[in-house]
Amino acid sequence: MSEMLSYEFMQRALLAALMVGVAAPTVGVYLVQRRQAIMGDGIGHVALTGVALGFLLNQSPVWSAVLVATLGSIGMELIRWYGKTRGDLALALLFYGGMAGGVMLVNLSEGGSTANLVTFLFGSVTTVSESDIVTVVSLSVLVLLITLGLRRQLFAVCQDEEFARVTGLPVRLLNLLLAVTAAVTVTVSMRVVGLLLVSALMVIPVAAAQQVTRGFATTLGLAMGLGVLVTLSGTVTSYHADVPAGASIVLLAIAVFVLMTALAVPLARGRAKRAEPEPREGSEEERRTRART
Amino acid sequence: MSPPEPVISLRGGTASLGGHSVLRGVDLTVEPGEVVALLGANGSGKSTTVRAVVGQVPLTEGELRLFGTPLRRFRQWRRVGYVPQRSTAAAGVPATVREVVSAGRLARTRLRPLGRADKEAVHRALRLIGMDELAGQSVNALSGGQHQRVLIARALAAEPELLIMDEPLAGVDINSQRVLAEALRKQTADGASVLLVLHELGPLAPLIDRAVVLERGRVQRVDHPERLHDVACHPQDSGHPEASARIETGLLP
Repeated sequence: MSEMLSYEFMQRALLAALMVGVAAPTVGVYLVQRRQAIMGDGIGHVALTGVALGFLLNQSPVWSAVLVATLGSIGMELIRWYGKTRGDLALALLFYGGMAGGVMLVNLSEGGSTANLVTFLFGSVTTVSESDIVTVVSLSVLVLLITLGLRRQLFAVCQDEEFARVTGLPVRLLNLLLAVTAAVTVTVSMRVVGLLLVSALMVIPVAAAQQVTRGFATTLGLAMGLGVLVTLSGTVTSYHADVPAGASIVLLAIAVFVLMTALAVPLARGRAKRAEPEPREGSEEERRTRART
Repeated sequence: MSPPEPVISLRGGTASLGGHSVLRGVDLTVEPGEVVALLGANGSGKSTTVRAVVGQVPLTEGELRLFGTPLRRFRQWRRVGYVPQRSTAAAGVPATVREVVSAGRLARTRLRPLGRADKEAVHRALRLIGMDELAGQSVNALSGGQHQRVLIARALAAEPELLIMDEPLAGVDINSQRVLAEALRKQTADGASVLLVLHELGPLAPLIDRAVVLERGRVQRVDHPERLHDVACHPQDSGHPEASARIETGLLP
């Protein structure tokens, strides 16, 4: 353990993993709540075009990815508002366009080839540089400020958009802010788990947490905890077993999800039992719990 | 002294959804302290009228004022408590009763955090609707009637002067209907105005000052609820055509 921590590259890797593990589920929880769990994937594909653009213009691929992913996510949000096209079709177009654009641009850049994209597609947490870590930490903190600071407002918008509009909340602004935050999260996480697996880190901890929770705040808190657990343990596993960190993290997350689902059954039974003294409510809840499992 | 402004004043409201004209010149007024029920068959434009009043369906023609202010300039949404038609689709992440009801308080707090007074208002709303003991429950585990009560508590959390409810009794058991009627009675006793869409008057009948019956996007008749009998379900069977034509403005003399 101490040997691992004596390497600076591992210190950076673990710090990046920690930040991404805590930040990604805080965005994912709103996307899952709005039933747009797949949106992170769309942004990830668009971000690939941004990475390639960075190569083409000899700029930092992280920042060009942030820029392009942000534009892409705003585009998706605008399609959701005004689009006559069905939402899933629009998303599909962005998936393919983003992927093809990335491959095209990177091959146009000097000495560039599709191989350059692999680090970004699948992540490479152990090669995070000094300047990368500054970007990862500062953007993660920004994401956390937004997703936690505005959690009541974002919750209301994602729970019932029409009601939120009638309360006078700036719903469009909040939706745009969430889209931009998702884009930033995707690009921050791409160094850790890769663009193709980013969405997993946003969604799976939330899905795992809600197997055993009843409220939004507890789901959010537990998802952050699980996010950190899998990113850190995945990174450590990758060091010891010499396996890719991104894949380890995602597989661990799925294992946690399965574990939580198994835990949920006895937990729900216990709750139904405790609710029994109130016969009407209890039987109602029990029936529903049974129906769901 | 000039008479107080109506809380809702809709003149010649016209709206269409997906190319179909749904409202064809609806006039509707709710005076301060009044409880007005919108009745009519399915597709008569009740829900669209209510959604137009809260600015969620754009009017193609007509004028709408809330508390005397044209809708386009209206910003005091904390004065309005809205209960949308209960959606069947639950959100993708569980939420407790208290969390959902607290969302209603955002009409007052907007972007600032919830203070002690806000939490007390949420608790009062929960108690009023008899859900305080289930505050920590997940809304997904509630029955239809309980869920509807949560949505009403959410609207009440902002302590609104005007309650707008779309089918608050749909799928609600008798027990919850009574709780709801009692909560409404307390609200109106405190001076709140209410506009609600109903299929049938049910236990709410004694509270209602005026019933407006819609038919194919127009006001078909306006009357006191006791004179309506069962017309809510069969509006086309009732009244003389001339009589309903005269009161098409939606205003009682």
